[in-house]
Amino acid sequence: MSEARTEVLARVRAALGQTGSGTTPSGRVGAPPHPEPVPREYRAAGEHAVGSPEVLEQLVDRLVDYKAHVHQVAADALPATIATLVADLSEPDGGMARPGSDRSVRVVVPAGLDDAWLATLPAEVDVVRDSREDPTAATDLDAVAAVVTAARVAISETGTIVLDGEPDQGRRAISLVPDVHLCVVRAEQAVQTVPEAVRLLGAHPERPQTWISGPSATSDIELDRVEGVHGPRTLHVLLVGATP
Amino acid sequence: MSRTFLGLPRTLRRPDDAGAVDEPFGAVPHPQEPLRWGDAFPAAAKQTLKNDQLRRNLGHATQVIRTKRAAVVGEVPDWEALRDAGSAVKQQVMAQLPDLLQQLEEQVTARGGVVHWARDAAEANRIVADIAKAKGADEVVKVKSMATQEIGLNEALADEGIAAIETDLAELIVQLADDMPSHILVPAIHRNRSEIRDIFLARMGDAPPDLSDVPRELAMAARAHLRRKFLSAKVAVSGANFAVADTGTLAVVESEGNGRMCLTLPETLVTVMGIEKLVPTFDDLEVFLQLLPRSSTGERMNPYTSLWTGVTPGDGPQEFHLVLLDNGRTDVLADEVGRAALHCIRCSACLNVCPVYERVGGHAYGSVYPGPIGAILTPQLTASTGGVSGHHDPNASLPYASTLCGACYEVCPVKIDIPSILVDLRAREVDADRSKHGVDPWKTAMKAASWVMADGDRFALAGRAATLGSGLGGRDHAISVAPPPASAWTRSRDLPAPPRQTFRQWWAAEHETSPVETVETDGPTSEEDDR
Amino acid sequence: MRIALAATCLADTLFPGAPRATVRLLERLGHEVVFPTDQACCGQMHVNTGYYREAVPVIRNHVETFAPVADGEWDAVVMPSGSCTGSVRHQQAMVCRRAGLDDLAATAEAVSAKTYELSELLVDVLGLTDVGAWFPHRVTYHPTCHSLRMLHVGDKPLRLLRAVEAIDLVELPAADSCCGFGGTFALKNADTSAAMLEDKTANVRGTGAEVLTAGDMSCLMHIGGGLSRQGTGIHALHLAEVLASTRTDPTPMPATTFSRPERSERTEATR
Repeated sequence: MSEARTEVLARVRAALGQTGSGTTPSGRVGAPPHPEPVPREYRAAGEHAVGSPEVLEQLVDRLVDYKAHVHQVAADALPATIATLVADLSEPDGGMARPGSDRSVRVVVPAGLDDAWLATLPAEVDVVRDSREDPTAATDLDAVAAVVTAARVAISETGTIVLDGEPDQGRRAISLVPDVHLCVVRAEQAVQTVPEAVRLLGAHPERPQTWISGPSATSDIELDRVEGVHGPRTLHVLLVGATP
Repeated sequence: MSRTFLGLPRTLRRPDDAGAVDEPFGAVPHPQEPLRWGDAFPAAAKQTLKNDQLRRNLGHATQVIRTKRAAVVGEVPDWEALRDAGSAVKQQVMAQLPDLLQQLEEQVTARGGVVHWARDAAEANRIVADIAKAKGADEVVKVKSMATQEIGLNEALADEGIAAIETDLAELIVQLADDMPSHILVPAIHRNRSEIRDIFLARMGDAPPDLSDVPRELAMAARAHLRRKFLSAKVAVSGANFAVADTGTLAVVESEGNGRMCLTLPETLVTVMGIEKLVPTFDDLEVFLQLLPRSSTGERMNPYTSLWTGVTPGDGPQEFHLVLLDNGRTDVLADEVGRAALHCIRCSACLNVCPVYERVGGHAYGSVYPGPIGAILTPQLTASTGGVSGHHDPNASLPYASTLCGACYEVCPVKIDIPSILVDLRAREVDADRSKHGVDPWKTAMKAASWVMADGDRFALAGRAATLGSGLGGRDHAISVAPPPASAWTRSRDLPAPPRQTFRQWWAAEHETSPVETVETDGPTSEEDDR
Repeated sequence: MRIALAATCLADTLFPGAPRATVRLLERLGHEVVFPTDQACCGQMHVNTGYYREAVPVIRNHVETFAPVADGEWDAVVMPSGSCTGSVRHQQAMVCRRAGLDDLAATAEAVSAKTYELSELLVDVLGLTDVGAWFPHRVTYHPTCHSLRMLHVGDKPLRLLRAVEAIDLVELPAADSCCGFGGTFALKNADTSAAMLEDKTANVRGTGAEVLTAGDMSCLMHIGGGLSRQGTGIHALHLAEVLASTRTDPTPMPATTFSRPERSERTEATR
């Protein structure tokens, strides 16, 4: 292994014209490159403020365009909205109730999720609390109807929500295996552009991140877009604090 | 070592062999060299051009994706500034590659990952196989990855008794059909929906018998088919779209969620990555995560992007291996002009706009990297075995597989000047040929033309001589049959007969004072013969 | 203005109608056209085929022939070809530098800075879109790849054509798609080239145009060659031939696909 390491690095140096370090496989020694300085003329931020009505309007537009379901709710109405969406899962038309489950529904949440959000869940809903210390097996997650998480940041121009694995968002598996994802985004978490989000996320680059833009999708058959493949086929975004 | 594919398809282990039928779907059996198979481009293209279904499939698909890309690129006000930045960042990466690679290694190691280095395909395959075996895995789930296509990982694992299961829908289609990919992003772009239904019905094993050819139904069949694989797999193999040197963060950009499944659920993750896929800092992702999705799938953002750094205790794979792959990349890096091919972020926008690719499809390029980027990357990656200048190497024909129309350069998110690199590779081949003996009609013609065209008088004489043919072509002055090499032209096009008078003859007569040049169309004068 | 004409080797030898129309047009617009007879070729064919070394003497001849423009002897050089202008602008200096000829490269750059493709000269330098042309025919325009993507002439040729009196300009579907010429590509990859040509000619035929026009005789030679083979009767005329046409001095519709202009009357007189 270290032999390969030494040789690959020597080849790279030779390719860049650093003589004395050998040659590349075809026996070449390259000329040193003269890279231009990186121009950063692109927008570092959007023209609209974080959480502004313009940003929220754009976020909703782009989320809907990529087939996410968006619910703009006041903070105090959030638990009721979550309860309604979860209750809908047990409806036959929801199609998510497991056979033999007698219309009871299992929902997984990260252990750090605000308990108040689940305060008005219907009694028959079975809430699984997942954490790194007490993880739910993937096969068990496959028997769960939905997941409820918070988010780290949302990007309006691209209709993207980013989770970074903190306690209110949970392990990556819980927002992946269940078929329905209820994701709570606070208005003040919405930025306009990708660079704004990257700067924010760059404070903790070591956290596992999942950038989500609509439900899973494929365009592999004749470039025809089909929403819903392996990841959650339904994405509900609950946008809190936005005036609809 | 033979450079050409021997013609025997290798027996591949498919995930579900039950119910498999024998009739082949794949026009292309698996080659021994994923970067070099089949005929030289002109002959290979001649074959694929005969496939009308392929041309229709490709024409439709590339049209759809071109339109989508243009729309989402058009809505970004600073697109050109992002391209400028992307191009410059990649130049910086190449210039600082030794330092950045070591920085990446340090960071990944510090976060609990294990870094391996591989000089070539065999070495990389060995590393992955050994990890899988150490984990006792007889199957691995795979995220779509060009690097593992390039090294023929699936075939190498099969030889070790390990089944590699492709989980991207298009890769699954290709794998089930025992086919080869024909596009970087949409490997099954050459298949239409009814062909895909037939492949699923014959080869998937658990496909519903009443499966229709509606894309949604086909996608759902794949979902059901793969889900238990995801839930039970112990080892996953992925590529990487980006690796951040200063944080050790890896990024995979995908759509279906199969990537997330592979990157999240198995205990062990092995990522195989070309040494060029680095970006220096985490903030640089802000450039590439804007450029890539819009250029590749024509979306503002792809549905899922996963970023991970080493191992996160309690979340995702608890064992992470990163394989840093050379496999010819340092030969590319050694070329002052051609090294820009390493800036490629595998978006495939150049394929989608290429008028040559659109007609001939990916298989004609005889490499897992088809299209314009393939035409500059494949010969260079195989340079040490003759890819650029080998007389009988099919890869040496790739730099000529372009009209230099420039559509690729225009859409490239990192501004790789593909036409200029194509021309430069042609020059490399020509120069390599200079030392060879033997008569090359092209070389002879080019040398003669150079002599004529380097001097106004000699050129005037040649033009005058040409007008001797002004009576050719009969009444419509169109030449429709000609000897080689012009016969290649006249197979599909007429050639106009030379004019009665060249432009410069006309000019001399009209604009120059006496003595007005005497123009003879009956033959060179004795004066001209002296020259 | 004093404008030096680089006729291009192809048009000089095979398609004199294009440079002759360029002269006619510019003289009608009141400019003086000069034709430096030392010129031959810009070197594009050699460069694009990888014969850099053989390209050098060709480029040297071109650069030295047109070097006076850098000293102000002429105001501009005009080339009625997008690809040749592209080669002058993007390849000549590079090839000279490769050969270690830095001085020649510098002269090449100075010449290229004053070298214009025809539509660039008319619109950007002379500030014209209406050149006073009259051309009562149905015309479709093919924007050649190098004009479009190397020179970025944009819609300049179309603006010039739209201003032509009595013209019936029809849009060419998939106009920006390459015709499949690509120099030696048409020979080395003849089948692929023919497939591309087939689509291009089908689109041209579909417009019902009498005349296909473009800013580059090489592409016109290719598409026109296909149109001729298919017996379409559609004519392939250079942009200059359309723009040079007036009521009093109309560009005649050729009997064949391409123009076959008569010999100079003065030539005849001296015989």
